[in-house]
Amino acid sequence: MHYRNVWSEVPPAVPIPTPSRFGRAIGKYTVMITEACNDCLKCVAVCPEKVFDVQGGKLLPPNDHLCLGIECSNKSSRCVRNCPVSAIRVGLNPSARALGDLRWTPDLLMSTWYMAETGRLPKNDIEYRVGDSGGGFDKLRLVFPKRLPKPDLDKSNIDTSIDLNRREDGRLKITIPIPVYGGGMSFGSISQITMLSRIRGFAAWGSYTCTGEGGYPEALYPFDDHIITQVATGLFGVREETIQRVKIVEFKYAQGAKPGLGGHLLGDKVTEAVARIRETVPGSSLFSPFPFHSVYSVEDHKKHLDWIKAINSRGLVSVKVSTPSDVDMVAVGSYYAGAHIVHLDGSYGGTGAAPDVAKKNIAMPIEYAIPKVHGFLKDEGVRDHITLIVSGGLRTAFDIAKAIALGADGVVTGTSDLVALECIRCHNCESGRGCARGIATTDLELVGLMELAWGTQRIINMLHCWREQLQEILYRFGMSSIRELVGRTDLLTHLDYNADAPDDDIRNPVR
Amino acid sequence: MPKKYHIHVQPTQNRYPVIGRSGIVDWGEGCLKCATCVKQRCVYGVYKSRSFSADILSDTIDELCKSCFRCVQDCPKRLIHKTINPEWEALGDDVYTPQIITATWEQAHTGKIPVSGAGYGGSFSGPGFDSMWTDMSEIVRPTRDGIHGREYISTVIDIGQRSGFLKFGPDGNLLKESLPFIRIPIPIVFDILPFGDLSSDVWKAVVGAAATLQTLIIVPQAEATALNDFRENLVPLLAEDVIDPTWIKGFRMVEIRDGHDAVERKTALKAIDPGLLVSIRIPAIASEENVNRAVEHARAGFDLIHFVANERGYEPGQQDGLHLKDVTKSLHTALLREGIRDEVTLMASGGIAMAEHVIKAMLCGANLVGVDVPLLIALECRVCRNCREGGECPVSISRINPNWGKQRMINLIGAWHNQLLEMMGAMGIREARRLRGEQGRVMFMENLEKETFGRLFAGNSK
Repeated sequence: MHYRNVWSEVPPAVPIPTPSRFGRAIGKYTVMITEACNDCLKCVAVCPEKVFDVQGGKLLPPNDHLCLGIECSNKSSRCVRNCPVSAIRVGLNPSARALGDLRWTPDLLMSTWYMAETGRLPKNDIEYRVGDSGGGFDKLRLVFPKRLPKPDLDKSNIDTSIDLNRREDGRLKITIPIPVYGGGMSFGSISQITMLSRIRGFAAWGSYTCTGEGGYPEALYPFDDHIITQVATGLFGVREETIQRVKIVEFKYAQGAKPGLGGHLLGDKVTEAVARIRETVPGSSLFSPFPFHSVYSVEDHKKHLDWIKAINSRGLVSVKVSTPSDVDMVAVGSYYAGAHIVHLDGSYGGTGAAPDVAKKNIAMPIEYAIPKVHGFLKDEGVRDHITLIVSGGLRTAFDIAKAIALGADGVVTGTSDLVALECIRCHNCESGRGCARGIATTDLELVGLMELAWGTQRIINMLHCWREQLQEILYRFGMSSIRELVGRTDLLTHLDYNADAPDDDIRNPVR
Repeated sequence: MPKKYHIHVQPTQNRYPVIGRSGIVDWGEGCLKCATCVKQRCVYGVYKSRSFSADILSDTIDELCKSCFRCVQDCPKRLIHKTINPEWEALGDDVYTPQIITATWEQAHTGKIPVSGAGYGGSFSGPGFDSMWTDMSEIVRPTRDGIHGREYISTVIDIGQRSGFLKFGPDGNLLKESLPFIRIPIPIVFDILPFGDLSSDVWKAVVGAAATLQTLIIVPQAEATALNDFRENLVPLLAEDVIDPTWIKGFRMVEIRDGHDAVERKTALKAIDPGLLVSIRIPAIASEENVNRAVEHARAGFDLIHFVANERGYEPGQQDGLHLKDVTKSLHTALLREGIRDEVTLMASGGIAMAEHVIKAMLCGANLVGVDVPLLIALECRVCRNCREGGECPVSISRINPNWGKQRMINLIGAWHNQLLEMMGAMGIREARRLRGEQGRVMFMENLEKETFGRLFAGNSK
């Protein structure tokens, strides 16, 4: 099976190997072959991980990101010991440490790349669950029962779907099969290929992707039923027609990348095509105002939602807000204003260009906001009538499970999707020609670095692996649906309060 | 509406190559000499524009590289690697971290706010100012777009005493004119530089920057004499001995260190010039004794209570001392309790390393802050502190051109000012004066942690 497919169709949600676009994928280990190699190809036979490959009888440069590590390579049955001329060297990749940061550690980047390539969890000792930020998700652990509560559950049939409309208001009933959809990234901030890769990848799983605040390029039309269109404070590219095209409309009041500030698209990235969609001038920086100038109260907010509902008579409305101290009030206000989804975007996420000062200092991390809002909505008696979606620094399937256990129904991702497309988090997406890796750019040459079919499949693979992980987690909890996990904080623990929490690695066998 | 405060920044190159986070390791041996080498295809043209500086025996490549890893991944012989630069990791200390130092250099170079994509990559929280978040306005009470100019956000603050109430005479006449005060357009005063090879050119630069920015700079009395042209902006920190009354005239404010005769000295200074503001410099210590002392000084009529943490932002001379933010809260709360908070101005200094620290210190209760080390970093200081032991400055700070140094510091404060506007805009606050002790617009990590994970997990460890 190959991942090439018709661009305007939604491809099947089947994982297919999709290797790196670049000469060499980055892994934790490096495998070096010295000059002594005589192409006896013994290594090809002894390595079950396909690290070694042949072309025309010659050994190719090894796929060292698939290597299981130094320990494996030194086993008597494996490569190093079996090389007759001792030409194989396995060591830690010296470049790995220069990658990433505390939230996205080298291990998290590499494990996500591996998932996007293979659709599976990495087999070696790469950490795939948490980063190293020293708080929040990185200190929360899942607490699995010592014995399987329901060993006869059919793992592959465990339900991971969530409902997006829980109001009985006669509007569309939308259920997405995975508890995640793609967050808003505008055309202009990312390329059209990146945009479509995400849309098609999420569509394959029956889910949605948000357009962000940058209009609705025509290439998106085939996927209308999998798109959430965003109405943000700059109203760039918003038309009656774009609101009517879709099943879900999102109001963006604020974003986690820069809570309290409006969107930024710096001039270099405003190309002719971007400017046309946004109805602006090429080369001129676009700053969205922070507030909607039409909303200065909760009453105004309801008026906004009514306006959308009048234009699109069947669609759902999502309200995207960030996490101020009164986020619980905002959520309840959104419910009473008629929102179907309240989407909290915590302060540590985001992909867009943002002043660094706004990234870490303004608004609270999502880990604090979820239980606060969940509890408040419950106390108000409306929790079962609204879908609580969260985002802002969720990176892994474990983050998703933890967010849901803290009280969310589902999540939105952004950065992880870009990492699946081989984003390396160099943080240079905002200006000039943009992303050197052809993801967050509108530069014609750089855009050409990525093919749509490849991008789509990488997203499909990552989501496949996430879904399997979620099913494994639910299986170990004895749950047949992810809906049972919502608000189950009793299944979590925190290292500050329980330093010897058991390892929650789902690669370990279970009894 | 007051005249809009604007800081004129202009790009001002560094003199030395910037020490970057990571470096390229390029093994020449085994190179295939590909016709289209990955180095030629570098998106940023790093390999083409690199040069070698004979002065400092260094290649400029690591300064130019943006770590996209394309060459690392695409070299067919896998000869290119990237590693963390040990020199970068060794910069500064736990407060003036390598990240902060490089970001400060960049701001002093460009005068622009650091902006980047791809979200936040730092720790969840940390000691000191990293354990607080400012609140934001959502839907209700936003500023109407202050950042991009459609609404004015003011960073003006006043230094001086204020009467708690007006006093009238028997026939209804106002008894006392308003007390003297100094109004500065940013809540930032330059504090005494704690180290550095401080030549007269460095003083010219830093005082010139303060003057252009229309703020104040605290200098040792000995230096003040040499910088007579800038009396408007200078705040001499007076030596202990007797002061020449004719020399004092012309300064708007002076500072004295705390001592048994501090109040008498203040009275004597006020007698020379009733319009002169007197600031008292006390250690930033949250002990009851020290806090009471500060309250006494406030009552005694000091115009500014300047409390000074050590240069890392902690209680001076204490083991495991509290952070400046906690000391500020104690002092602010004590003055509130005494009912005299509005009558006095508080300035916090020591360990103010980034623009966000200005806002955070103010939210804890300071009216303004003093900055010190970042001014040196603007001059390319690496916070190695070699100069303290009489060692050589790796960037020869003493030999700067004063105009270059002045513009670098103006650029830094220009970038900080814009960051203040961004944060205030996000908070829905249009007046820096309103930041003082505004604890309703701040979230402390210890509280959030207790309300959230403490509630969920304390006492039921599994």
